[in-house]
Amino acid sequence: MLQKIYDWVDERVDITPLWRDIADHEVPEHVNPAHHFSAFVYCFGGLTFFVTVIQILSGMFLTMYYVPDIENAWKSVYYLQREVAYGQIVRGMHHWGASLVIVMLFLHTLRVFFQGAYKKPRELNWVIGVLLFFVMLGLGFTGYLLPWDNKAYFATQVGLEIAAATPFIGDQIRTLLAGDPSIVGAQTLTRFFAIHVFFLPAALFGLMAFHFILIRKQGISGPL
Amino acid sequence: MSDKKRVSRRQFLNYTLTGVGGFMAAGMLAPMVRFAIDPVLKTKEGGDFVSVASVDELTNEPQRFEWTIDQVDAWYESEVQKTAWVYRNENDEIVALSPICTHLGCTVDWASNEEYPNQFFCPCHAGRYTKDGTNVPGTPPTAPLPRFEFKVEEGMLYLGETKDSGGGV
Repeated sequence: MLQKIYDWVDERVDITPLWRDIADHEVPEHVNPAHHFSAFVYCFGGLTFFVTVIQILSGMFLTMYYVPDIENAWKSVYYLQREVAYGQIVRGMHHWGASLVIVMLFLHTLRVFFQGAYKKPRELNWVIGVLLFFVMLGLGFTGYLLPWDNKAYFATQVGLEIAAATPFIGDQIRTLLAGDPSIVGAQTLTRFFAIHVFFLPAALFGLMAFHFILIRKQGISGPL
Repeated sequence: MSDKKRVSRRQFLNYTLTGVGGFMAAGMLAPMVRFAIDPVLKTKEGGDFVSVASVDELTNEPQRFEWTIDQVDAWYESEVQKTAWVYRNENDEIVALSPICTHLGCTVDWASNEEYPNQFFCPCHAGRYTKDGTNVPGTPPTAPLPRFEFKVEEGMLYLGETKDSGGGV
C-alpha cells in the first residue's frame, strides 16, 4: 500500500533522488563506532540535533497552554504542569532538554576543536557553529523568563544589567531587550516570548540548514 | 527455513532500525500528544443547581431570568451570566428553556418579531421555535431548544445544566 503510494508519487515527481541525496551516503570507517569504539565522539553533533528536535516539539506543545502575559504566565504554567495530563513530563522534557542541548553542543565543540576538524576548508562551518551556540544561549536566556516566577524575574534582571554593561550603547540594548528603560515587566515578557518562539528559532533553522549543507558538501574531516 | 524466506542482513537492519527509531519517536510523542488532547478527555463535572427565581414569579408567559455562575476556565476564574426563558405551561408544569439557538448558537428572544408574537425568534437567520421550544419546520434550526434541569425547593426555582430535548422537527 505505502509502496504503491510512493511509486505513484515517484513516477510523477521523481522524489527518489531527493531523499537518496540526503540519506544515502557512506559512513567512513574512522567515524563508525563499530570499527573503532572511540568513534562515539562523532555522535555528539547528531545528539545535539536530536535534543533540539525534542526542544522544538515539546516547545510547540507547551504553547498550547502557555500565555505570555504577566498576569497569567505563572498561572498557566502551574496549570499545565499540575492539571494537564503529562504536563509535568512535557515541561520536564523542555526544561531538562534545554540544559542537555548545551552539554551536547559543548561536547560536539570539544570534539571538533581537539581533532582540529575546524581547519581549512571547514573554518566557515566552525563560524556557523559558534553562531549556533550563541543562538542556543539566547534561547536559554529568553526561555528562562517565561514561567515568570521569582527565579526567572531576577535572572532576567541580572541578564539585562549585564547587557547594559555594553560600552556606549548598553542602555539602548537593555531597553531594546526589556521594552522599557526601567521596568522589567509586561513588555519584557512579550518580547522575550516573541524572541524565544519566533526570532531565535528562525535563526536556528537557517543556521542549522547551512551547517548541514556544508557538512555534506565538504564531507567529514579525515582520520587523525 | 528455506533460502527464500531468509531475512537478508540489509532487511534485518532495516527492521531493527525502523523498530528502534519508531519506539523512540513514540516514546517522545506519546506524552506530548496525550498532553495536547487532554481537554477532549477531561470529564465534565455536572454543574450545581442555582437558585434563579421564586416560583411565584412564574406566569404562563415566558419570562427572561438571569443569574451568574462561577466559571473556572483552566487558570482563569470568572463569573458568567446565564439566561433562561421560564414559564408554566397549560398543565401547570414549569418549563425552563435555554436561549441558545440550536442552529448556530445565537440568542433567541420571546416574541421579539412582530409577525410571530407567540414564538421564540432568532435574529441571526430568522430561526423560530414554538412556545414549548419546538423548532418551526422550514426555519434554520433542526432541533428544539434545550431545556434546563430544574428543581423547586422552598418556593424557589433552581436551575442546573441544560440537556437536549431530543427529536426535532
